[in-house]
Amino acid sequence: MNARIVSVLVGVLALAVWPLVTGSFGIDFVAKTMIYAIFALSLELLVGTTGLVCFGQAAFFGLAGYAAVKLSPEGATAALLWLLPMAMGVAALYALFMGALSLRTKGVYFIMVTLAFAQMAYYVVHDTPLGGGTDGIYLYVKPVLAFGSITLIDLDKPLAMYYFVLGSLLAVFGFLALLLRSRFGRALAGIKANEARMRAAGFSTYPYKLAAFVLSGAIAGLSGFLFAVKDGFVNPELLSWHQSGAVLIMIILGGLGHLRGAVIGAFAYALLQEFFKSEAIFGAFAKHWLLGMGLAIIACVALLPRGLIGVTDRLKARRAPQPVQAT
Amino acid sequence: MSPARPPEGADSRSEGQARSAKGASLPQTVLRAREVTRRFGGLVAVDRVSIDLERGRLHAVIGTNGAGKSTLINVLSGELPASGGSVELRGQDITRWPQPRRARAGVGRSYQRSTVFPRFTVLENCRLAAQSRHQRPWSLWTAAATCAVSLPAGRDAAARAGLADVLHTPAAALSHGQRRQLEIAMCLATEPEVLLLDEPLAGMGAEETERMLALLSELKAGHAIALVEHDMDAVFRVADVITVMVNGAVLASGTPQAVRANHEVQAAYLGVEET
Repeated sequence: MNARIVSVLVGVLALAVWPLVTGSFGIDFVAKTMIYAIFALSLELLVGTTGLVCFGQAAFFGLAGYAAVKLSPEGATAALLWLLPMAMGVAALYALFMGALSLRTKGVYFIMVTLAFAQMAYYVVHDTPLGGGTDGIYLYVKPVLAFGSITLIDLDKPLAMYYFVLGSLLAVFGFLALLLRSRFGRALAGIKANEARMRAAGFSTYPYKLAAFVLSGAIAGLSGFLFAVKDGFVNPELLSWHQSGAVLIMIILGGLGHLRGAVIGAFAYALLQEFFKSEAIFGAFAKHWLLGMGLAIIACVALLPRGLIGVTDRLKARRAPQPVQAT
Repeated sequence: MSPARPPEGADSRSEGQARSAKGASLPQTVLRAREVTRRFGGLVAVDRVSIDLERGRLHAVIGTNGAGKSTLINVLSGELPASGGSVELRGQDITRWPQPRRARAGVGRSYQRSTVFPRFTVLENCRLAAQSRHQRPWSLWTAAATCAVSLPAGRDAAARAGLADVLHTPAAALSHGQRRQLEIAMCLATEPEVLLLDEPLAGMGAEETERMLALLSELKAGHAIALVEHDMDAVFRVADVITVMVNGAVLASGTPQAVRANHEVQAAYLGVEET
C-alpha cells in the first residue's frame, strides 16, 4: 500500500520537474506520452476493471479531436471551459450509442462489434467533407482559459500545454482510483469476475457496463482533445484501428488490472517506439521499426505475463518466497 | 428472522415491509409456479411443472440426472425465461421479470458449481452480494470496503453461514465445503425470502454435510426453500415436501412418507442407486 503511494508520488514529482531539465523535444515527447497514458487509462476502465475488451477506443479519441477542431470558432480563440466539455461530450455520446448496441454481445463478438463501430466513425471522417478527408484539418488558434482579460491557461504555449496535460492525467488517475474503490467500482470488478453471479445477486449489469463504457468514452475523449490541441492538427488516422490496437497493447504491456499499469504501459510503449525508430542505433533498419517493436512486445508479454507492473511482485517473491495463497 | 433492513434500501423497502407484515402467519406460499415449461428447441426440459414454495417449509426437488431440476431452478430464478406457464411471487406475476429484478424482490439462488468471486475475500464476496440491496453507484466518495450498510450485512451473512473465522481468506483458498457455505452466505447477504438451492451438498464430506443440514433447518424458519439434491438420506431428513421429477415433468409430490410409499416413484427412481 505504502510502496504504491510512494511510487505514484515519485512519478508525479518526476513528471512535474521534467520540463526544467529538458528541451522542447523532451517536453513535447512526454506531453504526448501522458496524453496516451490518459487514453490508456480510459481503456483500462473497460478491459482491466470491467472485463470488456473494447477494440474501438480510437473512435472516442478521434471524434473528440475532430470536435475540438470543428467546434473552435474560425480565427478566434475558443474558451477551454466550453470546448473541452463539448469535445468530451461528443465522445461520450458516441460511446453511449456504441455501448448501448455492442454491450448486448459478449466475448469475441463484442470485440468485433466495437471495432466495426470505430471503423464506421473512421470512414465518416475519412470519406465525407465533414472531416476534411485524408489530409485532416488544422486548428490554427488554440483554446485558452481566460477570465475577462486575464489569461490563466494558454494552450498555445508548450509549457502551459505540458502542465495542463499533467493536471489532466492526475485528475483522471485520481478520479479512477476513487471510482475503483467505490461501490460502483466494486460492482464492475464483480461483473468482470462473474457477471452471472452479479445478476443472481440482483445487479442489473447492463446499466453498469453502459455507464462504464460512457465514462471510458469521455476520458478517451479528453485524451483525444488534448492530442488535437497539442498538435493543432487532426487527421483520420486518429480514429484508425491501429490506435485502438496500440492502446490495447499499452495496457497489456503495463499490466492489466492496475491503473499504474496503464500509465507505465503508455510510457514503455512510447520509449520502445523511440528506441526502434532511432537511426543512431539501428541505422537503415530503423525504417522497419515496427518489426523490432512487435518482437519486443511479444517478448515482453511472453516473459512478463502480468505486465511490467508484475515485475516488482516477481522480484519480491524471489527474495522472500511467500506462502501459496491466491492473490 | 431476517435481519433488520437498512433504512437506505429504498427500492426494496416496500417489498420488505410487505414481507414482515405477513411474516407472523402460518406457512404461506411465497413463490408459486404454475405449469411452468421450458423448451430447448424440440427438447422439453421442464414440462408443465407446478410447485408452491412456502415459508417455513423446505421443498426438495429430486430426480435423476437430466430430469430438469436445475433448469427448473433457472426458470424460477429468472436466469432462463419460461417458455410457458407463470411464476408468482407473493401473488404478483413475475414471469416476465429479468433475473436481477427477481433477485432484488427476494428470490435468491445458489449454484451447483461454486460461482463465488475467487479472488475476493470471503467478506468481500458477501459484502458485494449485500451491496445489491442498496447499490448507490453514484456515491463515489464512499469506499465500498467501509460501506456502512453492505459491510455489516455481508459480515452478518458470512457469520450465519458459519464463515466468521475465515472472513479475510480469499475465496479461492477455501475448502470445498467452505465454498459451498460461501455460496449460501452470498445468497443470504441479498436478504432473500426465497432460497433456490442447487445441490448445496454436492461433494461434501459427512461432517460438512451435517453442518449444512443444520444450517438449512435453521434457515427454514424464515425462508421458503427449494432444494435440489441428490443425497437421498439428506433429503428425507430435512424436507417437508418432496417433488419427484422425471423427464421434465412432476411424477409425484407430497410429504416424504407419501413419496417414499409411492409405487411409481419406487419404480422410477428410488429403487435405483444414485451416483
